[in-house]
Amino acid sequence: MKQEEVNFQNEQFNLTMIPGKFARAMRNNLIWQFIRFMVINIKMLIVVGKSH
Amino acid sequence: MARLIIMGGGVSGHTTATFAKKWLGDDHEVVVVTPNSQWNWIPSNIWVGVGQMTKKDVVFPLAPVYKKAGIDFRQALATEIHPNGKADDDTPYIVISSTEEGKDGQTEELTYDYLVNATGPKLNFDATPGLGNGKGELGGYTVSVCTADHAVHANLELKQIFEKAKAGERQKLLIGTGHGMCTCQGAAFEYIFNIEHEARKAGVRDMLDIKWISNESFLGDFGMGGLHMKVGGYAVSSKLFAESLYAERNVEWIIGAHVNKVDSGKVHYELLDGTMHEEEFDFSMLIPPFAGVGLKAFDKDGSDMTDTLFAPNGFMKVDAKYDAGAYENWKASDWPETYQNPTFDNIFAAGIAFAPPHLISKPMSSPNGTPINPTPPRTGMPAGIIGKAVAHSVCDMIKEGEAAHLHKASMAEMGAACVASAGKGVFDGQAAAMTVYPVVPDFEKYPGTGRDTDYTFGEIGLAGHWIKHILHHMFIYKAKLKPGWTLIPE
Repeated sequence: MKQEEVNFQNEQFNLTMIPGKFARAMRNNLIWQFIRFMVINIKMLIVVGKSH
Repeated sequence: MARLIIMGGGVSGHTTATFAKKWLGDDHEVVVVTPNSQWNWIPSNIWVGVGQMTKKDVVFPLAPVYKKAGIDFRQALATEIHPNGKADDDTPYIVISSTEEGKDGQTEELTYDYLVNATGPKLNFDATPGLGNGKGELGGYTVSVCTADHAVHANLELKQIFEKAKAGERQKLLIGTGHGMCTCQGAAFEYIFNIEHEARKAGVRDMLDIKWISNESFLGDFGMGGLHMKVGGYAVSSKLFAESLYAERNVEWIIGAHVNKVDSGKVHYELLDGTMHEEEFDFSMLIPPFAGVGLKAFDKDGSDMTDTLFAPNGFMKVDAKYDAGAYENWKASDWPETYQNPTFDNIFAAGIAFAPPHLISKPMSSPNGTPINPTPPRTGMPAGIIGKAVAHSVCDMIKEGEAAHLHKASMAEMGAACVASAGKGVFDGQAAAMTVYPVVPDFEKYPGTGRDTDYTFGEIGLAGHWIKHILHHMFIYKAKLKPGWTLIPE
């Protein structure tokens, strides 16, 4: 059984989505996360700018 | 020379005081009255609660910072407001009671020209029997991460749980909200996933049953009625986003729950369907409901006029629409813009201390009539922005007269950036980074979701953790008024 399928055995979790191997790996992939770091910061700065 | 008194030295009060002093200079007096000798960056308390930071990392003494800034610091509790002065003197004043060592309990009257109430909340542990100790403090059955000292204690208790788990004893952990009218679900959310993360690192995850209990009617409500954000090209509800994380980390949930009693190792709760249940635990962190700090107001003749200044929940009345009525009539414009008290033009409230007009989430109650819904969050970025706007307004009134233009900072027109930690670690950490715009949904402007989905987004990953860690250092740097502090946004 794939890791993302294990918790679907719990009925409470059955109707949601659980990330697979690729999505989990990308969450801690240094290169991808550095890019996301830049993108999230820019998005946050825009929202901060609109709020002041 | 005018005197501005700020009651409270948290995120909002500190922001108001420091900007007011910068803009007023030495021509006017700025006084901060706060019972705490130390400033606490509360968002990092959850890391103290899992042993990833020490108390020293999240607090610093206020006195040297205020001395450097030229702010008069009084370590004391404000207890009374006399907005019309005394029988023989019209000068308004407050009564403070010292909390300084050696002067404990000594009272003093402080006159003011302008007053800002930024006292934050009273942690109302006693609202739930067993959650408090009957004296307004945390009881002995659960832990808390609301203060740095609470978080230190929580970590010590958690370590014992991990030791028992290592010894092969299965442990039940219950984290969430301790009353049907709580706010601050975000702090509990961060704490439960940091515990889960630390448990995996310690190799004891398989021996822990970790469960969430909350007054939210759906996961991901967060007191804001949930939000719809853009993820992977979809506009999705925060419900799906949150449920996915709980399912991935194997954290079961109980939602729509009003915890009505806490015993040793057991909580009693009522659900939105009116049924009563119990849940056992070996370790539990339950956020208490918030209330106003209990300030009293008196008229010239000594008669109690607390009802004029404060709402029944103890928070201060401001320029909000408090008679909006039923949920169907609620509008974004009900929310305050200037935070000026409607009765006294020289009194403002900032941050958690202002009385919101109503909930943001849809009001819910059980068939027994028990209200079970999150109350509106007013912490973090909104608290800072409101504090700065109030400082601006007061400074303009002092310099230009009482008819000066008041600055606006409605939560229905401002966004918020929120980073919720799901585990600490430079390489293996994760956090949910979110922005929401505006905080209070405006269904007239954005009929679909109430918010602008171009500026409301969220994702989980290591980048979010880096941002959360950088914000920790950045905001403590700013609060210490180090060079360039004004360049760091609230």
